[in-house]
Amino acid sequence: MSFLMKRRGVLLGSGALMLGACSKIHDSEGGARFFEGVDDWHMGLQRALTSRNALAREYAPEDISPFFRGNGSTDPQNDGYPEHVAQGFANWRFTVGGLVERKLSFTLDQIMRLPQRTQITRHDCVEGWSAIGQWTGPQLSTFLDLARVRDNARYVVFRCADDYTQGRYYESIDMVDALHPQTIIAHRLNGEPLPVRNGAPLRARVERQLGYKHAKYLTGIDLVASLADIGLGKGGYWEDHGGYQWYAGM
Amino acid sequence: MTHNTSGNRHAVSTRIWHWINLVAIVVLFMSGLNISNAHPYLYWGDWGFAPEQAWLAVPRFPGWMTLPDYYSLAKARDWHLLMAFPFAFGVLFMWIAMVWNGHFRRDLKTEKREWRWPAIRADIVAHARFDFTHEGGKYNFLQKLAYGGVLGILLPGMILTGLSISPGMEPTLWWLMDILGGRQSARSIHFLFAWGLAGFFVLHVALVLLTGPIGHLRSMIAGGEYEPTNPPFAKTDSGDAA
Repeated sequence: MSFLMKRRGVLLGSGALMLGACSKIHDSEGGARFFEGVDDWHMGLQRALTSRNALAREYAPEDISPFFRGNGSTDPQNDGYPEHVAQGFANWRFTVGGLVERKLSFTLDQIMRLPQRTQITRHDCVEGWSAIGQWTGPQLSTFLDLARVRDNARYVVFRCADDYTQGRYYESIDMVDALHPQTIIAHRLNGEPLPVRNGAPLRARVERQLGYKHAKYLTGIDLVASLADIGLGKGGYWEDHGGYQWYAGM
Repeated sequence: MTHNTSGNRHAVSTRIWHWINLVAIVVLFMSGLNISNAHPYLYWGDWGFAPEQAWLAVPRFPGWMTLPDYYSLAKARDWHLLMAFPFAFGVLFMWIAMVWNGHFRRDLKTEKREWRWPAIRADIVAHARFDFTHEGGKYNFLQKLAYGGVLGILLPGMILTGLSISPGMEPTLWWLMDILGGRQSARSIHFLFAWGLAGFFVLHVALVLLTGPIGHLRSMIAGGEYEPTNPPFAKTDSGDAA
């Protein structure tokens, strides 16, 4: 019995130790790499169970929520953004660079003349809330086709105009999501020009991932072979500074 | 795994799963409470983003209840997503083992006669008297109901609601989200089932403590034969305290 008492003590003690040790494990370099591996397992499993171009649910117009909440940056004040708002984004440019055959630059008028996709989808924030809205814009693949992506490009990096406390926002997705039919560069929400709180004048829609991947206030994209040299190397502002998962399909 | 047909012996598959599942559930629950703190409002339907749409404003869970013990949505998600693997594959493994070794048919499946009110009442009365002995080492009706509800509804329910609130699974599992009534309904059910499991956990530990915890632990770890004993204050039919 004393043996069993000991064993129970060990069980309970190791339980308490385990919870106490959790944050230690987490803060270590190896721990961080381990959890990036967990993120990869989820991506691998989800993609094994879901075909490459399978669409996220598209809703009917009556399902649109009465308001589309803004989160994160909702009114950037840095680097001339307020002036762009005042000018109605007449001088806004969207550039395509990095590993492409042709570097491109678009005005909003040029973007609106490209083939458009309109989709009514649900936006799921990592915090837990959801809102449904109708988005319109060219598919990201249209820009990639026009610029002719080089074979060694593996990621699309979204360049943004909004500053957070630790620098400029940015995000990235791989080519599977970049070429997905619902991945669009949206300039309209519910038939109106994109409001400032939702990322005016351009934002990404990456419908099979959580909200922080849908970068707002887009000034361009870069095609890259590796994320190591972008920001702190984790592929996004929140990944670098908040420890969030790069793959946000769950 | 298949020769444990007599008495109260727990199959080795049951014992291994039980302890792995305990670790997974504790981490999932505590990290889940941290995740709840990120947006402590629950909604029904497909969408919801503001307090006035919520059916429940969830209280903020204090640090001692959460993992990590301070607010960190990113780290809580890391733990939650890690433990989702042993939890989900463990429940799948346990169901396969349970059907394979006859545990389900022998111990958990209820008979039609057990659903008759006099039988159920007798069981409730016995429990109210803290009389937990039952013949033949079989689970009584209330136990079958509790274990069946946990293994058949709450545990698979946690997996299915967890999967269906993942946007990456939506192209594949949209039908599941429809059954559940929308993404925010699935999220609400995920939360309610988690507390259902917490309730089971409290009841389960209390009953183990009342009916001979050392013997219970020994049988769930080493797999020995074990008959539950009644606490000293139990009132049995013969009037004896067991």
